[in-house]
Amino acid sequence: MELKLPPLAETGETLTGAEIAIRCLQEEGVEYVFGYPGGAVLFIYDAIFNQKKVKHILVRHEQGALHAADGYARATGRPGVALVTSGPGVTNAVTGIATAYMDSIPLVVITGQVPTRAIGEDAFQECDTVGITRPCVKHNFLVKDVNELAITIKKAFHIATTGRPGPVLVDIPKDVSQQSARFHYPDKVHLRSYAPVAKGHSGQIKKAMQLLLEAKRPMIYVGGGAVLGEASHEVTELVRLLDFPCTNTLMGLGSFPASDKRFVGMLGMHGTVEANMAMQNCDVLLAVGARFDDRVIGNPAHFAAGSASRKIVHIDVDPSSISKRVRVDVPIVGHVKDVLTELLALLKAAKEKPDAAALAAWWDQIGAWRAKDCLKYDRASKIIKPQFVIEKLWEITKGGAYVTSDVGQHQMWAAQFYRFDKPRRWINSGGLGTMGVGLPYAMGVKLAFPKADVACVTGEASIQMCIQELSTCKQYHLPVKVLNLNNRYMGMVRQWQEFFHGNRYSESYMDALPDFVKLAEAYGHVGMRIEKPADVEGAIREAFALKDRLVFLDIITDQTENVFPMVPGGKGMSEMILAEDL
Amino acid sequence: MRHILSILVENEAGALSRVAGLFSARGYNIESLTVAPTEDETMSRMTIVTTGSDEVVEQITKQLNKLVDVVKVVDLSEGRHIERELMLVKVRASGKDREEMKRTADIFRGRIIDVTDKSYTIELTGTTDKLDAFLEALDKGAILETVRTGVSGIGRGEWVLKA
Repeated sequence: MELKLPPLAETGETLTGAEIAIRCLQEEGVEYVFGYPGGAVLFIYDAIFNQKKVKHILVRHEQGALHAADGYARATGRPGVALVTSGPGVTNAVTGIATAYMDSIPLVVITGQVPTRAIGEDAFQECDTVGITRPCVKHNFLVKDVNELAITIKKAFHIATTGRPGPVLVDIPKDVSQQSARFHYPDKVHLRSYAPVAKGHSGQIKKAMQLLLEAKRPMIYVGGGAVLGEASHEVTELVRLLDFPCTNTLMGLGSFPASDKRFVGMLGMHGTVEANMAMQNCDVLLAVGARFDDRVIGNPAHFAAGSASRKIVHIDVDPSSISKRVRVDVPIVGHVKDVLTELLALLKAAKEKPDAAALAAWWDQIGAWRAKDCLKYDRASKIIKPQFVIEKLWEITKGGAYVTSDVGQHQMWAAQFYRFDKPRRWINSGGLGTMGVGLPYAMGVKLAFPKADVACVTGEASIQMCIQELSTCKQYHLPVKVLNLNNRYMGMVRQWQEFFHGNRYSESYMDALPDFVKLAEAYGHVGMRIEKPADVEGAIREAFALKDRLVFLDIITDQTENVFPMVPGGKGMSEMILAEDL
Repeated sequence: MRHILSILVENEAGALSRVAGLFSARGYNIESLTVAPTEDETMSRMTIVTTGSDEVVEQITKQLNKLVDVVKVVDLSEGRHIERELMLVKVRASGKDREEMKRTADIFRGRIIDVTDKSYTIELTGTTDKLDAFLEALDKGAILETVRTGVSGIGRGEWVLKA
């Protein structure tokens, strides 16, 4: 007689679906789940109640849960986990999911769903979660059988964290969380339809090396992929070995140290003159984990015409990022870290060296662009300049803080003036540009690194989009420092209206602002208002000295200040507007 | 340029909407789309006819490959292949036109599969071009209803599309 072994799934202990979900999170080593309870997830919350390993952080709005999980993931490199209920819980979470998706952040989102028998009947708090989130997740699942739950959650973590990372959602109907099954958590999963490329093509890497060695006007352009792929060390070694100029995108800041003289600043719409001009005029461009997006290279036709003989090497884990907006000459699909390691080994073994004379001339040219001092601003101003606040923040935190931001002018100033030397310190919504992320991002970061300095650079418009999370910060003792650059305007909207809409400031003025000091106090925090440049430094020092308190600095800044340089939408990288042009 | 993409996808609920959603979200064209399970019931095979420049079709292929449910994508138009589409046409067939209609169907190797005293229903298989040509050969006023399956395609010779 044939001996029949029970399938693996039947060897473990019997648990409910809700318990299985939480056990899976434990098995994955999840520290925090950011969430908000509701009818469809009550069994899962019961399972959370009965254990201590996975800590739940109760936010005040589901959007905050997703952003906090996202901030945690950006700072740590580990997947963030969020848990929300069906219907409005999911729709509130969508902004956070889309934000993570655009920046390729690994998240596992567990959502409750109405019971399987009620799906499709327009039940209370029902929505088509898998349908609504499909375009903004890397993948999603609806689990209809409790026996499939553990393997599905394993797949979710696997998909979220491998290849080009991204959010994965697991929708669990209420009856599935109630039913029981034998629990077994697999060590690994294999999906025949999902095999992200790992190793770059050696022949291509050789070609890349050759191009780099022959370059007369080289440029290294590093994006968020280098941060996500933990390749900062290799990027730094490569740039220093070759002594080439290096720029970081908004998402790549910190992957190459800003304090290194080879760093030419951020590039793009609000990039430096030296970074944008070097991109436009280089003869060999090495792009690492970047995607030539509209905010970076502006008009692709203008970029392509900039240097007709320019050769481009592009390393990316995602083949669809390559030759999407710009044709490249040497595509290399693979993990940036591995590819750079191989490239470094080849360069070190190579007999040829870059053309020293050409490189020196190129550096002279870059020096001339640098001399424009494109980030200069009025340091003698009697009104607080936002750039000055960021410089002081950098100084006081010795460049070592985790800085989160919202979206708009303050985001660009933080990116330009806080000189990041390490990756994963700059936490912002680059792709989707989501206002409201700053405070919940800071929560996620502070939970991950309780001893680190965490500053949220925001504006009076953005902060109000998720301000309810001040309450969460109180409950979990998250003493982050909020720097509210308050210019009484949606500053970036105002800037565009000034430049491109004849100074018609349509609906961009923030009237009827709350008293932020009192508001912070009402939430149980410390609030301070700073109105004079001379008080900025003292206030920031005081805020960071109050180690165990959240301090909300309401900093009244210059209403008319604009972000420079600026490449207007649709223009080319070298068509920048500088402060001095106006 | 017209391309015929053959796609093996996991036979999962939602796989079709992931593929269709990708095309609409990124603004790609779909001229026709067919889908049905294969001999391996865990997989379905889709044939999508799309148009676009080489760059666009390259992006479509890459984006399709990124979908977790997509097992394999091949651009059949890159090699030798066979394509077929099925069409059912209901036409007016009365009086002196009745015999002419039958002859036209015969010329195109169509088969009459349903008959009333006033109409024929004709089944026709072939390339998209051939079906178009048949419709053009008919008097517009004679066509009562058409339904087409969209293109299905397969590579020539011994080459097969496998997971």
